[in-house]
Amino acid sequence: MTVAAGTLGPRAGAAASAMALARRNGWTLALIGLLIAFLAITKLLNPNYGPAGIQGLAINILPIAFAAVAQAIVVISGGIDLSVGSMMALASVTSAVLMKGQGDAFGVLVVIGILLLGLAVGAINGGLVVITKVPDIVVTLAMSFVWAGTALLILNTPGGGAAPWIMEIISGPLGSPWLPKAIVVLTVLVIVVWVPVRRSSLGLAMYAIGSHPLAAFRSGVAVAPTKIAAYALTGFFAALGGLALTATGGVGAPVPGSYTLQSVAAIVLGGVSLAGGRGGVLGPIIAVVILALVRTDLFFGGVDPNWSTAIQGAILIGVVMFGSLLAMRKVRA
Amino acid sequence: MSGTAGAGTGAAGAPRVSMAGGGWRRVVRDQPLIPLLVLFLALVAVLEIAKPGTVNGNWLANTLKVAIPLAILAACQTLAMLTGGIDLSIGAIASMAAYLVATLSLSQGPVVAIVIAVIACAIAGLVNGVGIGVFKVHPLIMTLGMSLVVLGLMSVYQLAMVQQGVHIPDGIRSIGSGIQFDLLPNSLIIFVPLAAIIIIGLRRSGFGRLLFAVGDNPIAARLAGTRVWQVLLALYILSGILAAIAGMLISGQINSATVSLVEQSVLPSVAAAVIGGTSIMGGRGGYAGTIVGALILTVVTTLLTVLEMPEAVRQVLFGVIIVGVAAAYTRVGGDA
Repeated sequence: MTVAAGTLGPRAGAAASAMALARRNGWTLALIGLLIAFLAITKLLNPNYGPAGIQGLAINILPIAFAAVAQAIVVISGGIDLSVGSMMALASVTSAVLMKGQGDAFGVLVVIGILLLGLAVGAINGGLVVITKVPDIVVTLAMSFVWAGTALLILNTPGGGAAPWIMEIISGPLGSPWLPKAIVVLTVLVIVVWVPVRRSSLGLAMYAIGSHPLAAFRSGVAVAPTKIAAYALTGFFAALGGLALTATGGVGAPVPGSYTLQSVAAIVLGGVSLAGGRGGVLGPIIAVVILALVRTDLFFGGVDPNWSTAIQGAILIGVVMFGSLLAMRKVRA
Repeated sequence: MSGTAGAGTGAAGAPRVSMAGGGWRRVVRDQPLIPLLVLFLALVAVLEIAKPGTVNGNWLANTLKVAIPLAILAACQTLAMLTGGIDLSIGAIASMAAYLVATLSLSQGPVVAIVIAVIACAIAGLVNGVGIGVFKVHPLIMTLGMSLVVLGLMSVYQLAMVQQGVHIPDGIRSIGSGIQFDLLPNSLIIFVPLAAIIIIGLRRSGFGRLLFAVGDNPIAARLAGTRVWQVLLALYILSGILAAIAGMLISGQINSATVSLVEQSVLPSVAAAVIGGTSIMGGRGGYAGTIVGALILTVVTTLLTVLEMPEAVRQVLFGVIIVGVAAAYTRVGGDA
């Protein structure tokens, strides 16, 4: 871009780089536009929709947003992790059992321990994929049984408790009533953990093995360790999602729920290619918010809530079909 | 704990076989059915040792009765996996068939109800096939979205039908749960011809060979003149119809139907196909192995119930077995 700026003059250069930025992030920009449209629709349907609604929404989406980030990282690296929901359940019950009746100081230790557990569990997934050479989808499908079973062994029914501070840290606004703490927590954690990784050589290696493992290998990327690192990061964010579950519910939930499937849906809508090597984590997070807003809007619009599952599925299929139509056009042109 | 250890060695036995030498390796690669049957018989032996007297005619009938619907669901999975796909919507589709029949059979008569259910399932499969074959949507995403659509539509339908009540037709109940001579379940009447058609069809028919061709190398298949989208369309319609049969059998077996009746069998159906030696990457596998895979999973479940293990242990063991067997296949076959 610097070359272009030099030859075309500062003004045209800025415009060209803005164009390039828009082209590179076209999908994300479209999602932001869609998000604003849905917020506007929400406000139209329910003129009273305000800070309280936004806060409820933020707390609601927090676990799924972490799950989507977790899934995005592994899919960018050319894999897929069907055990995200189970890892979240495992983190949730372990944290709830350990934190029950304990003070705040111990709660901090538990959170650190759970995040390390997430890294370890994710690394086991990645290690098995690398060692056995079995397709990612089969290994993580099998491991989803293992982690869900372990979660059930730790806690058979929802129970345990959450340290008070972890519940406070995500509820309520920060400063302006329009800025929920949950959004701040999500943003800060993603920026502190993912952005440095993305900018490091590890991040580059993850995109490289996702887009073409053989080319990456021949360029000197250590494919196996990078893959394990990507799975470990996925485990880390899944553990954050589990902690968010404990914090929002106040108890540990041993049943994985539909978080794995929701995370896959969110990354596909968020512009992450299932073939790997393409996309980021911002798109999936916005997609999670949009999907939640669709549910809210259907509710405010007086649509029978039973329709919402079908409509969500239809949106998922429709958007992906549209995306692949665009891709096919591009190939032909 | 002895059961866990026994099944653990069973799962770990396959890789050890592969290390014994070239001869064994070739047997496992070319005839995966033999080590699978050995594993199955070993599990049955462990079951008999764990609780003497368990293995009898009644046990056989009940094992087959539970394994048959799972094996039919796993047939959907096997066919989809041969083309390099997967069908995660069969749980929702099979539940739809069961629930439609259960709610419509009193007002419309059982035959009309079954026809409506099968047509609805075929349409759901058709939509899957259009998305995957024509629009080139990833099968995982397409069938996942389809399962949400079907489940959502059925929840709406359920609300409309809430005072109707469910009634499983006598015929389906008798086929799904009946047992002859304390030895053979009635559902074999459906399953034996079905399995024979699938096994022979995959080997001998043009459509069966096309499934392998598309999964092995879709570009080569297209260049050789295969209309890949038509193959995929037919495959997912067939998958929907098979799911409908499985759903009706399950509803007959437990004499009830809900909109999420079969959802819990989706992952085991993938597991049965993987254990049976079908590669998720496409082009390698077959239905005979899948049937043994479904039997193995059923026996493991019985074994853990007999040993009074909690559900959690069963899940962990399922996962370990799937990874272990899949790893053994890749070790022996060279690629997944």
